[in-house]
Amino acid sequence: MPWILLSVEITLALLGLVLLVLGLVMPDRGRRLMQPVAVVALLGILIMGGGLYTTQYNMFNGNYQIDPFGSFFKLLFLAAGILVILSAGRYLERFQERINEFYSFMIIALLGMVVMASAGELITLYIGLELMTVSFYILTAYLLNDKLSAEAGLKYLILGAMSSAILLFGISLVYAVTGTTVIAEMAAQFSMQPVMIAGIILILAGFGFKISLVPFHMWAPDIYQGAPIPVTAFLAVGSKAAAFAAMARVMVIAFPVSTFDWPLLLAVLAAITIVVGNLIALVQTNVKRLLAYSSIAQAGYILVGLAAYNGFGLKGVLFYAMLYVFSNMGAFATATVVEVETGSTDIEAFNGLARRSPMVAAIMTVCMLSLAGIPPLAGFVGKFYLFAGAIQSDLLWLAFVGLVMSMISVYYYLRVAKAMYIGSNDNATAINPGKTAGAALWVCLAGTLLFGLYPAPLSNLAQVAIQLFL
Amino acid sequence: MIGLQQYLLLATILFAVGIYGVLSKRNAVAVLMSVELMLNSVNLNFVAINRYVVTDQAVGQLFALMVIVVAAAEVAVGLALIISIFRQRKSVNLNDFNLLKW
Repeated sequence: MPWILLSVEITLALLGLVLLVLGLVMPDRGRRLMQPVAVVALLGILIMGGGLYTTQYNMFNGNYQIDPFGSFFKLLFLAAGILVILSAGRYLERFQERINEFYSFMIIALLGMVVMASAGELITLYIGLELMTVSFYILTAYLLNDKLSAEAGLKYLILGAMSSAILLFGISLVYAVTGTTVIAEMAAQFSMQPVMIAGIILILAGFGFKISLVPFHMWAPDIYQGAPIPVTAFLAVGSKAAAFAAMARVMVIAFPVSTFDWPLLLAVLAAITIVVGNLIALVQTNVKRLLAYSSIAQAGYILVGLAAYNGFGLKGVLFYAMLYVFSNMGAFATATVVEVETGSTDIEAFNGLARRSPMVAAIMTVCMLSLAGIPPLAGFVGKFYLFAGAIQSDLLWLAFVGLVMSMISVYYYLRVAKAMYIGSNDNATAINPGKTAGAALWVCLAGTLLFGLYPAPLSNLAQVAIQLFL
Repeated sequence: MIGLQQYLLLATILFAVGIYGVLSKRNAVAVLMSVELMLNSVNLNFVAINRYVVTDQAVGQLFALMVIVVAAAEVAVGLALIISIFRQRKSVNLNDFNLLKW
């Protein structure tokens, strides 16, 4: 058994425990060491994961799959984790002495995502999912004295636990028909029965909750608004991508399209999600909540790729998930800077940001335009892949819905830009985001521009990753 | 004669009762108990299917054990969250937690 292939998982688990102990043994010095240690270690793991990219291996009789698809998502989670920890910087001072555990919870949630992306078997997948979700329950309620944070934590707990019970019930029904929980062996035992359909639909509902598809999206805005901003950012990019990775693997490999037309089901869900997410985002006045609805809509776009179920679409899923990390993190990092400075994330708090800090305002604008899909930014290339895939699969109506709603989405993204550039603010003192948050912002800008202007490298990586499915 | 069907039926009824409890109970602790009921109905499903359908492997029983372990962790975190929110608001009634909406 080549244990070296599990090095990403093992080092992540060790890192989480080491940070926990470091915080206990050296409460004061450790607190200052925590951020650099976490970032450097995650960068190391990222490089390690990159080195294993093309490896393909069945671990533990197929229970754990090391393959480019999983590795692509591992890189995505690690990049998201690094950006979140960098951009959190000064915001974390609010956690006071509990700042140490924050890092280990983040790392353990990251480990859960990594396990989800590589799980070749449903028990493993479930453990990864819960490792991630339970860490997020704690992280969401991390601002103990803040009423919104505690309420968001409790809501997330109740709805999250219910959704995993629904997912499990679906898994148990599928297990009844196929007699196995190994994803790769399910397709052979697949037979079209009412109980199977019920199982698939319950599994879809369970994943749909984690991805926040309409009509399972009601939790997302509340929890995104109440949670501390770094956690919201990680929830929006990491948790969502992990659920997408797991869902793509289960749906594509276990349930053959020839016997059950689940892509059509996904296409309808995607269309509803895009429409509802974008329309409700139009009337939001809090930027965190606006980004929550925007992330619901983005989940709909990504689902278009899975519904298209061809080379272009699946490549689009991976490409979009990756660029979404950079664009969305840019927006969240700016919101973090603004909340640290003004104590609020209402749109009014962004008034006059362009004069107080031109760099931050410019990066926010670029990232938001990328989310809206304006060329030459990364979001345009991603949407091009997704909608091209949909058109190839004769889902012209879906591509049309996506295009129209993308245009509508420009309105609410530009509302934030308008507040930053035209809005007036009596307080004109300059804002300094700090070194680490500044670095995170530049990385987000670089990623958004680079993937837009020169998409070939990332596109090739995605192409390698989806070979598994074609 | 009690067979697979009776077990699945019982599990489905328990699951439905659990969902009803989550959606209608106002006490946060009672909601957590309803979630436990849902998870236990899943366990019953797994064990029954393992016993009647796939008798040569113990995967279903293993899954049930895993679910029990994870549910214990979930409840530990859940009760901690409820205690922390109770200290703040002096209430565990879900109707009082209405700051976040729309």
